[in-house]
Amino acid sequence: MATQQTQTLGRLLLTPAVALLFVWMIIPLGMTIYFSLLSYNLLNPGMERFIGLENYVYFLTDPAFLASLRNTLVLVGSVLIITVVVGTLVALLLDQAFVGRSIVRLMVIAPFFVMPTVSALVWKNLLMHPVSGMFAWIMTSVGLEPIDWFAQYPLFSIVLIVAWQWTPFAALILLTALQSLDEEQREAALMDGAGAFSTFLYITLPHLARPIAVVILIETIFLLTVFAEIYVTTGGGPGLQTTNIAFLIYSQALIQYDVGGASAGGLVAVVIANILAIFLMRIVGRSLEV
Amino acid sequence: MRKAIGALVGASALLAAAPSLAQTTLTIATVNNGDMIRMQGLTSDFTAKNPGINVKWVTLEENVLRQRVTTDIATKGGQFDVLTIGTYEVPIWAKQKWLLPLDDLGAAYDAKDILPKIADAVSVGGTLYAAPFYGESSMMMYRTDLFEKAGLKMPESPSWDFVFDAARKLTDKSAGVYGICLRGKAGWGENMAFLTAMANSYGARWFDEKWQPQFNTPEWKATLTDYVAIMKEAGPPGSSSNGFNENLALFNSGKCAMWIDATVAASFVSNPKESKVADKVGFALAPNKGLGKNANWLWAWNLAIPAGSKKVDAAKKFIAWATSKGYTELVASKEGWANVPPGTRTSLYQNEAYLSAAPFARLTLASIDSADPNHPTVKPVPYVGVQYAAIPEFQGIGTQVGQQFSAALSGATTVDAALTAAQASTEREMRRAGYLK
Repeated sequence: MATQQTQTLGRLLLTPAVALLFVWMIIPLGMTIYFSLLSYNLLNPGMERFIGLENYVYFLTDPAFLASLRNTLVLVGSVLIITVVVGTLVALLLDQAFVGRSIVRLMVIAPFFVMPTVSALVWKNLLMHPVSGMFAWIMTSVGLEPIDWFAQYPLFSIVLIVAWQWTPFAALILLTALQSLDEEQREAALMDGAGAFSTFLYITLPHLARPIAVVILIETIFLLTVFAEIYVTTGGGPGLQTTNIAFLIYSQALIQYDVGGASAGGLVAVVIANILAIFLMRIVGRSLEV
Repeated sequence: MRKAIGALVGASALLAAAPSLAQTTLTIATVNNGDMIRMQGLTSDFTAKNPGINVKWVTLEENVLRQRVTTDIATKGGQFDVLTIGTYEVPIWAKQKWLLPLDDLGAAYDAKDILPKIADAVSVGGTLYAAPFYGESSMMMYRTDLFEKAGLKMPESPSWDFVFDAARKLTDKSAGVYGICLRGKAGWGENMAFLTAMANSYGARWFDEKWQPQFNTPEWKATLTDYVAIMKEAGPPGSSSNGFNENLALFNSGKCAMWIDATVAASFVSNPKESKVADKVGFALAPNKGLGKNANWLWAWNLAIPAGSKKVDAAKKFIAWATSKGYTELVASKEGWANVPPGTRTSLYQNEAYLSAAPFARLTLASIDSADPNHPTVKPVPYVGVQYAAIPEFQGIGTQVGQQFSAALSGATTVDAALTAAQASTEREMRRAGYLK
């Protein structure tokens, strides 16, 4: 047990580090809050003035806001579902012993190490391009009309690209978890006459609950800010079909140079992320306590 | 020992200081278009003539360049000594006092030789605030072989009806040939540049004299309806993500029978090194609707010096080098007359060597001449600019409207819904910016 003095001393010694972290966090946040209360457009210098909450009202009543909120949720939700389901299946497959397993594992992980901008470019120009892409070539060689992915199914195309990038992550985490599954439990189930499906449902899946919760939590944090894939492929369009919150804030800051509006948007995004985080932490927390 | 160290330190300090006394390094921001890449390749000519000046290039894609340059100049960052900016920025930035006047570039520069339309676009109150590097309008480029085969003849100043009719006849989807390629990628400098020019020829305008947006007018409806219909019938697939470069690639690989875009493209499509159809390209004026306006725009990429630059003299020397007649002759001697930066000087269009090497020269000049930034469309407007309105808010508004129109093109929304949304968002922005009460 620490004495009163050593405790005080400990706190004292911690103070500089804590203060530094606090300043590190509070200055950008404070500036953002300050800017969000100003009418401040980079292109109109010297015209800054205090306008209270007008930027927030403007951002929240923007028809683009609701559309982008919906797109953000659809994007995060569908990528989560795809990556967890496909990731689990891939992990189960990779958990089996077969020839060349280590090479296959390496190949499966590979997409995660491709930079988002690069993978977006590859998907856009080499795979999904309606004239010169590989999918179009496959379609035309079997006599079908090629699909114009980014015009006809823009959000779905983005979901596909992002899911392709994040499935390896899910698979990797879930594979590690699978390898820690007690072999004896599975054998016991087998001897009791359980089939493959019920073994999966009653033994493997409960064992995976925790890692799945972790995957969902981590992915959500990163998926809320998906930007490069949208910027490179659709530029938020057509219309507002692929504009998510991150892209909307980008367009306010760097297409309209509206510092005030973008700051307000950024703070709204922080609030949304926090609301999501609270729900997620509850869910994850519950599965971690078990 | 201490003395020796002191002497060493002193000597090395001198050594380090010496080059900085004699050398000035200019940081130049430019766009990754072919003519600017060529300029970089020729930098050694400038440094040889101006010992003591080094040049550092920052070459960026158009949108990224615009963001970097705008944020730098608006926050007085001072990263760049010479900026490459468009005709849109020049009057706005000159009014903000962000640019230095360029009325003293030397006798060899010959400012009077600049084409009057271009000089006007980069001047404020008669003073030059940027030096044009190349200028452009829009024109019709078409495949003479396909026209001949179909028994059609392109008039020098075609009407939209003729163009639509020809586009339908020339489309052969099974052979991968599309009647017409037009910009569809959202952005104020992408699809909106083309669509605004087209709308002007239809008699539409962005704002009325009281800054009230005009997307609820029959003129805009006719423009967008025709555009979407012809692209659906005779355009290439994926056109809602095609910008200048995508269409250039399509045209050069022989997939488009007609393409209406910047006049600078003329030298690319007729260059056998880049284009499969180089010897089969014809040129005509951008189409009209019989209302006295062709769908011509007016644009120039210019070099300018940000106010507060500490290397003004060196920067002026560079600008004078890059935009003078001497540079044109340098390019001509190294790469041939057809590749010189077009559209900025009267003398170039009187030069027989250029006129015979560039079959598109005469039409380029005619197109530039027929664009009028002060009277861009049939009805009077409160703004300056042909394919844009020269107000700071236009980039944001233009891009939002461009998004709506590209959605109409891709079929994600209807023409009516896109126009309604464009009207609503433009009204909103204009009210916020204080133009509308």
